[in-house]
Amino acid sequence: MDNSMLLVSPSPHVRARHSTRSIMLDVVIALVPALVASAVIFGWRALLVVAFCVGWCVVAEYIFERICKRPVTVGDLSAVVTGMLLGLNLPVSIPLWQAAVGSIVAIVVVKQLFGGIGRNFANPAITARIVMVISFAESMSDFSVNDAVSSATPLSGGEMPSVLRLFLGDYGGCLGETCALALIIGGVYLVARRVITWHTPVVFVATVFVLTWLLGENPVEQVLTGGLLLGAIFMATDYSTTPSTKWGKVIFGLGCGVITVLIRVFGNYPEGVSFAILFMNILTPYISTLTKRRPFGGAKVK
Amino acid sequence: MSIFKLNGVHLKHHKNTADVPPVRMPVPKKAVIPMSMHIGAPAVPVVKAGDEVRVGQLVGEAAGGLSSPVYSGVSGKVKKIDEIISVTGAHITAVVIEPDGLQTVSEEVVPPTVTNREEFLSAMQRSGIVGLGGAGFPTTVKLAADVSRIDTIVVNGAECEPYITSDTRTMIDDAALVAEGLGMLMKYLEVSKAVIGIENNKPKCIASMRQATEGMEGVEVRSLPAVYPQGGEKVLVYHTLGRVIGEGKLPLDCGVVVINCTTVATIAKYIKTGMPLVEKCVTVDGSAISEPKNVIAPIGTPVLELIEFCGGFKCPPRKIIYGGPMMGIALPDLYLPVLKQTNAILAFDRKDATPPPETACIRCGRCVSHCPFGLAPCDIADAYAADNAAALEKFKVNLCMECGCCSYVCPAKRNLVQTNKLAKVKLRNYQTKNREGGK
Repeated sequence: MDNSMLLVSPSPHVRARHSTRSIMLDVVIALVPALVASAVIFGWRALLVVAFCVGWCVVAEYIFERICKRPVTVGDLSAVVTGMLLGLNLPVSIPLWQAAVGSIVAIVVVKQLFGGIGRNFANPAITARIVMVISFAESMSDFSVNDAVSSATPLSGGEMPSVLRLFLGDYGGCLGETCALALIIGGVYLVARRVITWHTPVVFVATVFVLTWLLGENPVEQVLTGGLLLGAIFMATDYSTTPSTKWGKVIFGLGCGVITVLIRVFGNYPEGVSFAILFMNILTPYISTLTKRRPFGGAKVK
Repeated sequence: MSIFKLNGVHLKHHKNTADVPPVRMPVPKKAVIPMSMHIGAPAVPVVKAGDEVRVGQLVGEAAGGLSSPVYSGVSGKVKKIDEIISVTGAHITAVVIEPDGLQTVSEEVVPPTVTNREEFLSAMQRSGIVGLGGAGFPTTVKLAADVSRIDTIVVNGAECEPYITSDTRTMIDDAALVAEGLGMLMKYLEVSKAVIGIENNKPKCIASMRQATEGMEGVEVRSLPAVYPQGGEKVLVYHTLGRVIGEGKLPLDCGVVVINCTTVATIAKYIKTGMPLVEKCVTVDGSAISEPKNVIAPIGTPVLELIEFCGGFKCPPRKIIYGGPMMGIALPDLYLPVLKQTNAILAFDRKDATPPPETACIRCGRCVSHCPFGLAPCDIADAYAADNAAALEKFKVNLCMECGCCSYVCPAKRNLVQTNKLAKVKLRNYQTKNREGGK
């Protein structure tokens, strides 16, 4: 028997089946209902916008990594997830060149310049969306439904549709944010697959519900409109930009909820979810440090 | 007992060999008996090339307190006193014996007279018994503790590593011996309470141990969830008694002696027959093994002969390990022997053996949420990479028991537990330097 065939490597010699790629694939699968809903509500251009963002994100990541002579990581599908999330955060009428600019900002500026996957402190899709809201204010607030008539999102003073229509998403808004049903299906899938835990989304949504109710708004409408569910389920649960501890997630969700309501009720912008998540992203390292578990049996550090 | 359970991972159990009683293998063609099969000073050979030895004869005597004597498991002729390279890379002395196949038992093998604690401890010292759960800590050292400090014995029957079923078979086939050994320990350590902790994926063991210990005052068989690493000393003591073994402390510091179930059975066997620890029940399994089974083999049997007894390889093996897949050590050489503390030999094919490529940490937090002790392996890896020993001290990497849960769950397939091991060395050097600097 030849010993040279034997591989000597450190334990453990078995690994769990999931991988970065399988986790990202689960997020993609969880976004499919929202994608289908956006195509039904806003027409085929919804698919074009999302595909365009995904394409630009993947290409931007590939080119940047090649230029920097880093290993190419497009195979882990994280750029695909960023592209889908960004696309679903845009209005259907967005000019494609603006979507491309947003995608490049997300991948190159927010993600790769900070060291790539796991190293960015802000959510790429959220930050790119904010950059676009500020840079392309007009096209980013042009919300139209399938009849192609421009209309405002209900949050910015438009007429509020019935709760059932809100739940199904048949009203003006960003591509992926309107259909609550599709988003909740995706969220349940992610929790069931243990990709995310329920803490952040539930606390985030519950905080918005309670606070808007206390402030005299209609809490059901506040929860179902705008980017709340999309943000709470898919963006406030991003790994590298949110706390990983259980209590950290609760604090994160609470903070996001409070800031969202403050912006919506008292601020100049009709929508505050993106700003809330970005702000809490910045606080994440502090929340993580504060909520660290004390090691089992560990003596106190002097 | 404990309100909060420590974290861990749910593994595929692969207990393929649990239902078949162990088979004794024929005398090997060669026996390589290392002098260092325990923690502590190596034993010193007392035989030389050309000597005739018999089964149960002393071939290496203990060198000092934290050492253990070594006996031959075969009868035959000493070929040479050799030096072999162990799995840890250390050069160790080994007695190489050419068996004559007769298995003549040495006249030294007579049951010891044990009537009091002193005689019991001296018998334990002569028995050559070490911790058979895998650590190889000389049992006598553990038992020699001041009896007034001990109030409970915890028998470790968790066997939480996948594949391994040698403890399982001990608890089914030798339940009476385990009970008897436990009775002796309770008597001579003057302890009135004992808990036998067994994972609930082994209902047969729980039933047979309950039956065997029926009527024994103060003994309880406890069914524990099958969550790896249930058999870790600190985990087991916490889950059975609710006691926390603090940083830098031993089970003894909270009144407990933890002892593996096979070790307990071996103690009883020695006291009854006088046959020291010369053979082991070893689980041979894994994707490259033709006929997985439990084999009783003399200590010193080359791994290759053991595998050949199990029908050999059914496909080219790519990795062979001592012990379980979570904490086992990969062998560089098929001719390394079965040791005192070897409870399994696993062989894996190319598909199972090849480690997945490491990719960037995505900060998912799975390593933190699955660590039984609540450590943060991802932060430890960052501190290690940054050469920041002060941070390693703060992150308590010294508490890591190297169970491997972090590496197991990491979706980026990072070798986290390996980094923890390296970080522990770095921290120790830093602390030694600080202490010397302070003087």
